[in-house]
Amino acid sequence: MKMAVLVKQVPATDNIKIDPVTGVMQRDNLQSELNPLDTYAVEQAVRIKKIFPQSTVTAVSMGIPAAQAIVRQAVAMGCDEGVLFSDRAFAGSDTWATAHVLAKGLQKLGGFDIIFAGERATDGETGQVGPCVAVQLDIPVLTFVSEVKIEEDGKILATRSVEGGYELLRVSAPVLISVVKEINEPWIPDYYGMMKAKSLSIKIMTAQDIGVDKTDCGLEGSPTRVSKVFYPKLTRNGEVFSDINPEKSAQKILDFLKVKNIL
Amino acid sequence: MSKDIWTFARVINGRLTETSFELLTWGRSLADSLGSSLCSVFISSKIQNDEVDKLFLYGADKVYTVQDKRLENFIPDIYMKISCHMIKKYSPHVVIAPADTFGKTLMPMIASKLRTGLTADCTELSIEDETGLLMQTRPAIGGNVMATIKTPYTLPQMATVRPMAKKPLKHKGSAREIVEEIVGEEFFASCYEYVGFRQDESSEIALNQAEVIVGGGRGMKDEKKFSRLYELAALLGGGVGASRAAVDMGWVTYPHQIGLSGKTVSPKVYFAFGISGAVQHIAGISGAEYVISVNKDPDSNIFNISDLSIIGDCNEVLEKLVKKLQETGAMIKNERIQ
Repeated sequence: MKMAVLVKQVPATDNIKIDPVTGVMQRDNLQSELNPLDTYAVEQAVRIKKIFPQSTVTAVSMGIPAAQAIVRQAVAMGCDEGVLFSDRAFAGSDTWATAHVLAKGLQKLGGFDIIFAGERATDGETGQVGPCVAVQLDIPVLTFVSEVKIEEDGKILATRSVEGGYELLRVSAPVLISVVKEINEPWIPDYYGMMKAKSLSIKIMTAQDIGVDKTDCGLEGSPTRVSKVFYPKLTRNGEVFSDINPEKSAQKILDFLKVKNIL
Repeated sequence: MSKDIWTFARVINGRLTETSFELLTWGRSLADSLGSSLCSVFISSKIQNDEVDKLFLYGADKVYTVQDKRLENFIPDIYMKISCHMIKKYSPHVVIAPADTFGKTLMPMIASKLRTGLTADCTELSIEDETGLLMQTRPAIGGNVMATIKTPYTLPQMATVRPMAKKPLKHKGSAREIVEEIVGEEFFASCYEYVGFRQDESSEIALNQAEVIVGGGRGMKDEKKFSRLYELAALLGGGVGASRAAVDMGWVTYPHQIGLSGKTVSPKVYFAFGISGAVQHIAGISGAEYVISVNKDPDSNIFNISDLSIIGDCNEVLEKLVKKLQETGAMIKNERIQ
């Protein structure tokens, strides 16, 4: 089985800067990490590889050259190889344009049976790229997946964690599966994995390499535009009570709920 | 080109979901700004007149119905094909769906297919006066930043909105038009085989639809004490949430985690018991109408975003609160439709 995992570099700090003119996140001077929710996708692919040892897992990302580091991290977790789609033309891509680049790149690499993705990235928090990639590749997508089984005939039985329960769907490969955190408990990379990741070269592919038209990526290829960015006031300036006993504290809470017409 | 606003209506367990009506509240103000029609797209295996009436009652001018027994469950490719076909046929200006597992799957599929813009998890939607464009405001980067996004060159302009963020509102003067859309066999070819549904044994309400969420963190001390939060949640008809710390300790499972790597919630009241208020957690509760916090540490960050802050032992206060509620039998006033 040939598998790919979509991974993303996200800022590791909470101190994130936005370019006030373009509204695009400034990623240069920040500490970065592999999107925590992508580690579950990597782990799932690696687990399937353990069951089907002839399988391969390719970690795939779009990002600035420095994003090689997080692709390498995915390799350390057990992926066989890593590819980074990187080009100045990709800068400012929204979810549609990002999905377009990833879909084109995956098509170029060719022949994946399962493409895994995390539920969403912790920076953009849209969760849109996975389903968009699947549609652009014209393959089915399974979202919010909390369990995957490869059946004897090669079909894929997936459990989707939805409101109020779990939905079971069966599809044939190729398919894109975005997973939720419930699906597994990722292992920390072992010594072997880290050594492999260190020595492996991450393949970098440009817009030209993957055949992406510059009008279909970056800010130009994005259907959406950030028109304004502002910092919300998070403080609520509520009432504070200290030095009152638990009994009185509980009463204060009840009073509050009554005043607000909730009780 | 119409300026119509489209929303989705959905049936689960034989009833229209609350979000079907919430979406109409979102859409009503947009349709009024544009002087256009608010339309509800109702795709289901069985469509009853009283349900359609309800959609009119809550603000829809027009209801597009697509009925077929094969539409009982949300099969992504079938729903996508039907939606895209209807969007091409009727050219709506705006399409809105809930930011739940349905909307967050279907909407990116449609947007990708039609090559148009989609903004996730909006907390505010309005129409720009000069251009008539949809202004889509959403929190980004853990709620530290708000961004207003437009789709200036393509139609429809698409957005998902947070469930619970708006209340369903009754509306008079609906045009009450029903458009029955008949779709051909070709729409039902699918890559998916629906196998079944398993109800969550805990039979708890989904956190993103809860009016009250009782959240607990490391300050709850242990699993047994943490479990007392369920008593308060039950008394208030709400759900239990947790900080990442509590989930990491194994006191509660991941589906309860609230925050950047968990769920984003918008309840009427959020209780934070023994939660320090890490930025990642606060990102998940910024949509709460009221936050009530109890924590021993007076410097806890959670107090900065609380409407009522109690500096004290969260376990002791919880115990007294549960007792008082049991004694008085006070109930939460429920404003939900069903």
